[in-house]
Amino acid sequence: MAKAAESSGDPGTTSPRPLMRDLKAVGKKFMHVLYPRKSNTLLRDWDLWGPLILCVTLALMLQRSSIDSEKDGGPQFAEVFVIVWFGAVTITLNSKLLGGNISFFQSLCVLGYCILPLTVAMLVCRLVLLAEPGPINFMVRLFVVVVMFAWSIVASTAFLADSQPPNRKALAIYPVFLFYFVISWMILTFTPQ
Amino acid sequence: MAAVDDLQFEEFGDAATSAANPGTTTIHIEGPSESPTHQPGLPRGSGGEEDDELLGNDDSDKTELLAGQKKSSPFWTFEYYQTFFDVDTYQVFDRIKGSLLPIPGKNFVRLYIRSNPDLYGPFWICATLVFAIAISGNLSNFLIHLGEKTYHYVPEFRKVSIAATIIYAYAWLVPLALWGFLMWRNSKVMNIVSYSFLEIVCVYGYSLFIYIPTAVLWIIPQKAVRWILVMIALGISGSVLAMTFWPAVREDNRRIALATIGTIVLLHTLLSVGCLAYFFDAPEMDHLPTATVAPNQTVATAK
Repeated sequence: MAKAAESSGDPGTTSPRPLMRDLKAVGKKFMHVLYPRKSNTLLRDWDLWGPLILCVTLALMLQRSSIDSEKDGGPQFAEVFVIVWFGAVTITLNSKLLGGNISFFQSLCVLGYCILPLTVAMLVCRLVLLAEPGPINFMVRLFVVVVMFAWSIVASTAFLADSQPPNRKALAIYPVFLFYFVISWMILTFTPQ
Repeated sequence: MAAVDDLQFEEFGDAATSAANPGTTTIHIEGPSESPTHQPGLPRGSGGEEDDELLGNDDSDKTELLAGQKKSSPFWTFEYYQTFFDVDTYQVFDRIKGSLLPIPGKNFVRLYIRSNPDLYGPFWICATLVFAIAISGNLSNFLIHLGEKTYHYVPEFRKVSIAATIIYAYAWLVPLALWGFLMWRNSKVMNIVSYSFLEIVCVYGYSLFIYIPTAVLWIIPQKAVRWILVMIALGISGSVLAMTFWPAVREDNRRIALATIGTIVLLHTLLSVGCLAYFFDAPEMDHLPTATVAPNQTVATAK
């Protein structure tokens, strides 16, 4: 985002380069989440575009047709949005209050990007749900969601764990676990009409 | 004064910055059982009495010193709120263990909190409890109504917000009312033991921990099992609360003391029974919890 800021200082340019640069940065971060190593890229050049894209995608897919969404009892678009962002903000505040030395937006960035595996799980689940319902259908979905949940936890822990003092690591990681667990539950219990 | 202040500040400064520096450890110097007249909630200004105590080597006074100094940041700074999260992993585990194993005669606040109340435990235990109740209730209803033709599974997402409102309201408003009541009684009758608001919130928060495994076990669709679980959970957390607050009201009029403890336990009972009734459907006595129910059976749901 820093790069976009400096190139957008010139209002006359309508070149697509800043957009491509941003997209490339987002894509690079997606790769870092999918293959988590101990690298600083996510932390150093944080941006919130990736988390926004992922959150909107997830919320759109979790949404139902509006006809009987009242009775259905599933989360609405706004509810998913609020849970993701409010949850991420709460975890970040918790981490900072415990004495972690990570900045507010860096932490939001990491938490948002690590929703990527769960978004992939949502896509897979929607595809699997096109087949006939039954216990096998459910088992496949359960397996996919559990694997992606573990992936999200591993990815976010790889980035966040170092910022906490060692005697409080577990205290900072547990809310992340709860956060992704709730999102996984929303994905697993998604039933189409 | 400057030299003494430097000494004081340097010692506390280490404790404050060690949280930001990984690798350094914070040493909490805990004295033997503190004197009962100590009121941990009151912020202390840098008075001359602390200078005198600094020269002495009294550990419990050092604890008082640190406790008093901790809360001296103004409430609009971030550091003020950091003092409520000044706990390590093992401390949180100890406090949770203390809430699960109430020892008669041992006071939860004196033994575990020791003038370092934290908000981490109450907040995240309540959050976990909210989701545990909502998810377990949903799962339990799904399993109970599994074979029925007329049942369509819904995730019941609304119930999360309802559970959150109930749990957080309980965890904050009841301690507030109790604290106000104890302060009022304190003005009339001189009690030896009194608690700050945060300590009461802390006790209530940690006492709710037992309900997390209870909520998960409530998935089992047997009435008897559920009520036994209610009894056990109520017994444990109720006794933690009762043993914590008995010393605070013991000096008072006998009937008021008993009424206070009775109200505390009653509210706790209402919370657990209310959650069980609202989030978990009643299991049918003759309903087979398997997926292969004969399709000719029409089971009347007791809604």
